[in-house]
Order: sequence, then C-alpha cells, then structure tokens
Amino acid sequence: MAISTAYPLPISLRLLAAWRRFIHWLTTPHVILGLLMLVSMVYLILVPLYRMLETTFTVQDRDIHHIPDAVPGEFTLFHWVRMLTDPISEVMTYAPLQHSLVVSIGATLLALLIGSALAWLIVRTDIAGSNVINMLATIPYIMPSWTIAMAWTVLFKNRTTGGAPGILEYLLGEGPPDWLAYGPLPIIVSCALHYYTFFFLFVSAALMSIDSNLEEAGELMGASRWRILQKITFPLIVPAMLSGFIMTFSKVMGTFGGPNVLGIPVGYYTLSTMIRSDMGIGNYADGFVLAIVLILFAMTTVYINQRVVGTRKSYETIGGRGFVAQRTRLRQWRIPLTAGVIVFQVMVAILPLALLTFSTFMLIDGEYSLSNFTLHYWIGESTPSISDGMPGVLRNPDIYKGAWNSIALSLWTAFFAALLGVILGYAIAKGRGTRLSKLVEQLAFIPYIIPGIAFGAVYISMFAKPVGPIPALYGTFALLVIVSVAKHLPYSARTGVSAMLQVGRELEEAGQVAGANAWERFRRIIFPLTSPGFVSGFLMTFITTMRELSLIILLVTPSTQVLASMTIRYNENGNTQMANAVILILVTLVLIGNWLISLFRGGSLKKGLGM
Amino acid sequence: MGTSIVIKNLSKRFGNVIAVNNVNLTIEPGTFLTLLGPSGCGKTTLLRCIAGLEDPNEGEIYIGDKLVFSGARGINVPAGQRHLGLVFQNYALWPHMTVRQNMTFALEIQKMPKEQMEQRVRESLAEVQMLGYEERYPREMSGGQQQRIALARMLAYRPKVFLMDEPLSNLDARLRIDMRSELKRLHHVSGATTVYVTHDQIEALTMSSAIAVMRDGVIQQVDTPERIYRCPANLFVADFIGNPKVNLLEGSVDGANTLDLGKFKIAADTYHATGAVVAAIRPEDITISTTSTPNAIEFKVYSVLPSGADSTIVAQREGIEVTVRVMGNTKIKMDDPIWLTFNPDCINLYDKASGKLISGKEVSH
Repeated sequence: MAISTAYPLPISLRLLAAWRRFIHWLTTPHVILGLLMLVSMVYLILVPLYRMLETTFTVQDRDIHHIPDAVPGEFTLFHWVRMLTDPISEVMTYAPLQHSLVVSIGATLLALLIGSALAWLIVRTDIAGSNVINMLATIPYIMPSWTIAMAWTVLFKNRTTGGAPGILEYLLGEGPPDWLAYGPLPIIVSCALHYYTFFFLFVSAALMSIDSNLEEAGELMGASRWRILQKITFPLIVPAMLSGFIMTFSKVMGTFGGPNVLGIPVGYYTLSTMIRSDMGIGNYADGFVLAIVLILFAMTTVYINQRVVGTRKSYETIGGRGFVAQRTRLRQWRIPLTAGVIVFQVMVAILPLALLTFSTFMLIDGEYSLSNFTLHYWIGESTPSISDGMPGVLRNPDIYKGAWNSIALSLWTAFFAALLGVILGYAIAKGRGTRLSKLVEQLAFIPYIIPGIAFGAVYISMFAKPVGPIPALYGTFALLVIVSVAKHLPYSARTGVSAMLQVGRELEEAGQVAGANAWERFRRIIFPLTSPGFVSGFLMTFITTMRELSLIILLVTPSTQVLASMTIRYNENGNTQMANAVILILVTLVLIGNWLISLFRGGSLKKGLGM
Repeated sequence: MGTSIVIKNLSKRFGNVIAVNNVNLTIEPGTFLTLLGPSGCGKTTLLRCIAGLEDPNEGEIYIGDKLVFSGARGINVPAGQRHLGLVFQNYALWPHMTVRQNMTFALEIQKMPKEQMEQRVRESLAEVQMLGYEERYPREMSGGQQQRIALARMLAYRPKVFLMDEPLSNLDARLRIDMRSELKRLHHVSGATTVYVTHDQIEALTMSSAIAVMRDGVIQQVDTPERIYRCPANLFVADFIGNPKVNLLEGSVDGANTLDLGKFKIAADTYHATGAVVAAIRPEDITISTTSTPNAIEFKVYSVLPSGADSTIVAQREGIEVTVRVMGNTKIKMDDPIWLTFNPDCINLYDKASGKLISGKEVSH
C-alpha cells in the first residue's frame, strides 16, 4: 500500500499535494457549511454556557458586602457554597428544587395517564367521534402553556392574596381552600393538561405501529384481555411513553408561566421562578447557580432515558406504519365513555378560553353582577381610575407594539431557524459518518436539554457586556431573536436532516456528474425537493415562538415586550382583565397560525404539531 | 470515439474497512468492462472513485491521458469535469423535472444553444425509443421507461465514458433480458468505453468484452467472459461463476494424469502438479450414462431438477456429491444408478493451499 513512499516525491511537491488535499476537503460543500455551523454553535451555545459557569465562580460587584477583602472579578466559591450549604440555601435552592421536582413529576405522570388512556381509547377501541377527540386533543397544547393556569385563577382564586374572589367563591359564598387555589396541585394539573398532547401523540403512534397479530397470538394462547394489555401491548409502548416522559419532564422543569401565576401568590417558588427572582434583583451569580442545577437535572433525565431506551430505539416505535388493528368493543360503555372524553376535552380546551373571555367583561374583577359588564378592557378609552389609566387592549398602542413584536420575533426566528435548518441538514446529512458531521449534530442537540428559563439565563451572562466585536445585546430585540433561534437549533437540525435524507444522495450526484457546481445543485435539485419540509418547519417555528415565555422572560425589557411577556407583567401588576385579554389575543394569533399550517399540511393532527 | 481508463494502485478505505485494495486496471478504449462480484466486494466503490464521487486514499486514475486523481500529488478533478456519464441503480431521475428538463440540465450548464439542445433531446430519446415522452414526469412512467430515460439523460450530453451501476437490477426479469441486448447494442453503436457494475454473472457474461471479478476489494481476474468461465484464475472465481455451480472435488495427484479423489480415481491432465489439489469441473462437462461404461464411475441419483431446456442431476457416491447438467428432459429418476465420465480436457486443477489455478486447458477460439 503506502504508495506515496513507492516513488518518493520532493518535499515541495508533497507540501503542494497536502495543500491541494486540504483545499479539496475545505471546499467540499458539507465540510465548509459544517465548519460554519460549528463556529456559530460554539459562539451561540458553548461560549454562553462557559460564561455562565465562569460567573458563578467570580466575585461580583454586589458581593463586596458579603465577602470581606474581595475584589470583583476574582475567583470565588462563595456563590456555590452559599447556594448549596448556607442556611439560606434551604429557601433559595432546596425548596425550589423540591417544588420543581414535585411539579414536574406530578404533571408528567398525570399527563402520561391522561394522554395514554386517550390514545388507547382512540386507537384501540371502537369509541365514537374519534375525529373530534383527535382535534380537541391538540388544542390545549397549541395554546400558551399558562393559559389554563390563568383560567384556573378566574375560577378558583380566593382572597388569600388580597385580590378579588374567583367565580367559585362568588357562587358558593366561601373561598376554595388554598391548596386548591394555588400551589403545587393547580400547577400540576394546569401543566399536565397542557402537555398530555405529547403522550397522546407518542403513544397513539406506538399503538398504531403494533401489529395486532402480536396480541392475537397471545389471545390464541388463552390469555385474557387484561393480561394481553399488561404483558404484550404495554411493554411495546414503553419506549414511546419514556420519550414522552423525558420531553414533558424537562419542559415542565423549565416552565415559568404556570408556577408564576399559581405559585408566586402563596410563595411557592420553583427553580424557574426563583431564577427570575434572583435575576430581577440583579443577583446574577446566584441565579446562574440555580440555572446550572436545573440544567444538570434535565441532562440527567435525558441521560437516563438514553441508557434505558436509547433515543434511536424510542424513535423507531414512533415511526408508525399502521397495521390493521383489532379494536376492543366497549359495548355498553361506548356512549358514556365517548361523552365523558368529549366533556373532559371541552373543559380543558374550551372552558379556559370561555372563563378568560368572561373575566375580561368585568369592570371590577370578582364582581359577577350584570351591571358590572363592560367592554372597557377591549375598546375603552383611557380612564385614570381603571387599570392605571390604560385604554382597552384594542385601542392600546402598547398592545399593538407587543403584538407586532410577537409577530416580528416569530417571523425572524422562523426565518433563521429554517435557514439554519437547511444548512445544518445539508452539513449533517451529506457528511454522515464523518467526525465533523457528528460533532455538529451533537452540538445542535445541546439546547434541547437546557430548560427554557435556564437557556435565557445563559444568554444574559453572554450578552450583558460586549464580547469581542459584538456589542452588549441585552435589551435589544436582536437578542430575543438570537436566543429563540439558538433554542430552536435541535428542531432545525432535525427538520433539516430528515428533509435532506428524503432526497437520495444519487439525485445530487447525478447533478455533480452532469457538471453542476454546488450552488447549482442546491438551487435546482436539493432546494426544490426539500422546500416543503422547510416551509412547514418555518410555520411550526412561527407558532411555537409566538407562545414562548420561559425562554425570553429574563431577556425582555419594556421596549421589547411581546404579548407572552405582557400577560405576565399585567398579571403581576394586578391588571387581571388586561392580562386575560392579551392572552386571548395571543391565542387567536396562534390559532390562526395553526390553521394556516393545517391548510398547508393537509390537516393531519400529528403533522399539525410538527412531530 | 473511445477513451482509455487506467487505474494504478488505487485504494479506498472507509474507517477500518478496505473497500478497494490496491487495484490496478487498464481499460482499453471502446471496451465494455464489467466489474463483477458479490455485494460488498468494492465494485461500486471502484466505479464511484472513477466517477469522482468518492475520494480514494491512494493511487492514481487516468481518464484518456488526463490524470484525474493522484493521492501522492493531491490531484482530484471534480466529477463534473471528468466528462463521464453515470447511470445509477435507482436511475436518480430528478422527480421535480420533466423528461426534457432532466435531459437538458447538463446541457444548460454547458450553455448550449437552444436549438441544439432540442436536437440532442430528440436524438437521445430516439436512441432509447422514448420519443414523445418529453413532458412526462418520472413518476408518470414505469420502471423500464424510467430506466430508458436515465440512459437518454446520459446520452444527451455525449460523455466520453459510460459508467453504469447495476442499472438493470431494479427491473423485472423479462425487462432485464430485453434491456441487456439494448445496452449491448448502444455500446456497439456509440463505441464509448463502458464500465458496468453488476453482481449478476449472466449480465456480465452476456454483455461484456472484458470482466474484472472482485472480492474484498481485490481484483481476482481480468479476462474475456469466455476465459473467466473456462479458466477461472482461482477457486473463488471458479465457484462464483456458473449456474449450476462448478463441482469442486478435493483430491491429490496420483502419478501422471491420474487424480485420486479418495474413494475413486479419474483421469485428468495433471501437468506438473503434485500433492493436494482441488479439481473443478463444470456440470455440463460430465457425461452421464444409465448403463455401465468403461472408465465411468457409478453414482446414485440423489435428486433430479428438470427446468425445460436442461435438467440438473445431483448424484452421490460415498459422501461425494456431484452436479451434472444434461440437455432437455431426462428419463433418469431419483435413486437410479448412473455412470459418470469426467471429461479430462475440461478439468481445472487448483492448488489446495493457495486456491490458484495450476493447470488448465486453453480456450480454443
């Protein structure tokens, strides 16, 4: 072998050969794009993470009061010691951590129960109205995650916090107990009702992919229905349940809206609300410690999932090939179950919106008589006595600004996410098997395991001060776009890779042989064949960004408010009706976006959610 | 027209797997050379290296007198500048383009005038008998029609060399046989140097002017189809080529022109061979008789497999199994005694240790 030694060339020629080989490698499209992505991701992900870690080990200006003789900028273990061992850590770290875990596990288990039961009923029984059930199942997930939490307060809030009474208190004359109005239980329920869609989709896809022969084989051997479910069906859908579990768990860990609306009034802090509170008072280093704790927990969960099932394996079951399955007959239970499911779904999907709408018509919150009816919060002129003199939402320039910001943020994010999706997809799919491709793919996965609020925190550390040629981006709209695009990288990469993999490599090679250069091949062959995937990816990103809150809550400033953050701010300032009206506007925008997607994709439930 | 291809010491590795191992091959202008071998033998990788779609690790490739790849000198001419045509196994027709657009893609890149392009499209479609399909999309045509369009797309830009990667393997059996003669005709008319990859020995034997048999990235033998069949260079080639399979009988040379096969002896040209050998004899080179004849060995029929034009008979004796092919249908039934004569001129002997051919008869032309 070793041909190069067979007829040794002079050193100059060998250097020339090495240079030519390097240029050939570098000018391979997937290599140069891969390198470009590598640099971007180091900058967008690794550097911010490092800066965050660094901050927790550095003496901050405000620490001088706490640490004698400290010089800002020096290395210190102060923050870690304080947040992990000091008596204050009980309140600052361990209680929020415990709350986060309780809420996440509780919400995930409840979502698992609801989603799986519903999936089984739809896929494996002769329940009536499965189309309606299918459609209703997605609505809670399409709405912003804290919609149900806001509606919950309309119904259940009591006067513990000194505010107005909820509907229940008005009707019964007595306020619901605190445990029902605020704290872990309502947070768990409201999150579970938002996220059960994951389980519903994953488990129904898994159930659809199980060949009913497997179950019939058990039946022929004389096993009972229950035993078959337990011994054959259940083990086959466990991987799907686990991937749903991971997704939901890490989302709830990082969720901000629900715990903020339902936890803060009674001092029930989770990690995400505590991080915000630290950041709010400028205590960045401590907030970062909590963010890192949060990231570590999310990473551990994903790691366990991969060890137990392996992402690949769990994904295969989600493929879904659709065998003809034998459906269980519900007999006399058919009608009651159908009715029960639909009533439940209407309560989850439509009642919250109705409650929120209802509350916006009340001049004084909590006063339920007809004389209190008003359209002021929608179309009223500014009156000093009502909601700090703010006009109704439809007359309010702040709202229009926020709505425009929401739309602009979503459009820019969707555009860049789609663009990065094209590049990442090409670099990863065409370079498959090379180390560069693997590295890029793994880096692009990192944002997936960083909970939303922690990811926002990471970006504060990165862009609060100028970095090299980049100015301090904190407070700018551009920063919101950057953080949203970066958080979307895993989805961009996945969309891009699957779109690219659908185009056989021969199609590009045929162009290569025919003499087309890389740009021509992309423009005339690859792009036309992959564009449908990227368009739906674009729309998908558009609506998810629109309802995103946890990610950007730490980064918005009064001039960059979006609708999602405005609902939280109004709510915190006690302008309940305004908050509710804004969330209704947001829901309307998201529903319109979703309707456009379903037009584009032919209305399939699963596709409509981009899964 | 006709371009030579010269490959020198070419190697291509994927990680630890050596797909192409130090290959040397000279393809004369106008040759129809088939790369033949089982799946995973490196034949497609070798073809892709010639096309410029795969970057070899070492060696050199010349197309005509142009050096298109040199590992030592770092030269690697892009696929588009090698002026080759490639037909893919799955045709790789662009699904979003009509037949015409598929065919003019390369011509547009060459900035060919419109009238000339139109003429090329017509000529090339005529050559594959597909005139009138210009506006069809690939999915609106059958597999066989797509195959023809893939050929026409290659013909349209008049490449100097045709490369074909198992172009017939996705067609059904009938169509495959029709297309064999079409492709052979196409080569005959155009005279373009053709490199054809297949795992189908019948395709290789019927179409090629030369065959290179590959195994584990190494070329085992490059020869005419007839010599590949008659004088396989080693036991792998002997065993790989031929259906029903060649009979491989282990034994030893027992004096001049006698082989000891353990239980019985047969006559064969042993040349200078001594010691342990493997004798290879094709099923059609064994004569069968239902009555005892001099020098014939008695066997018992184990199975009879008639297939119309010929019949395959499997016979056994003392643990030795022999396959015999006879023309037409046979009256011989299972468990019948038969007497076999091994044609001494048709026996090839292989060294048992190295598997290499140590003697054999020359092909008479």
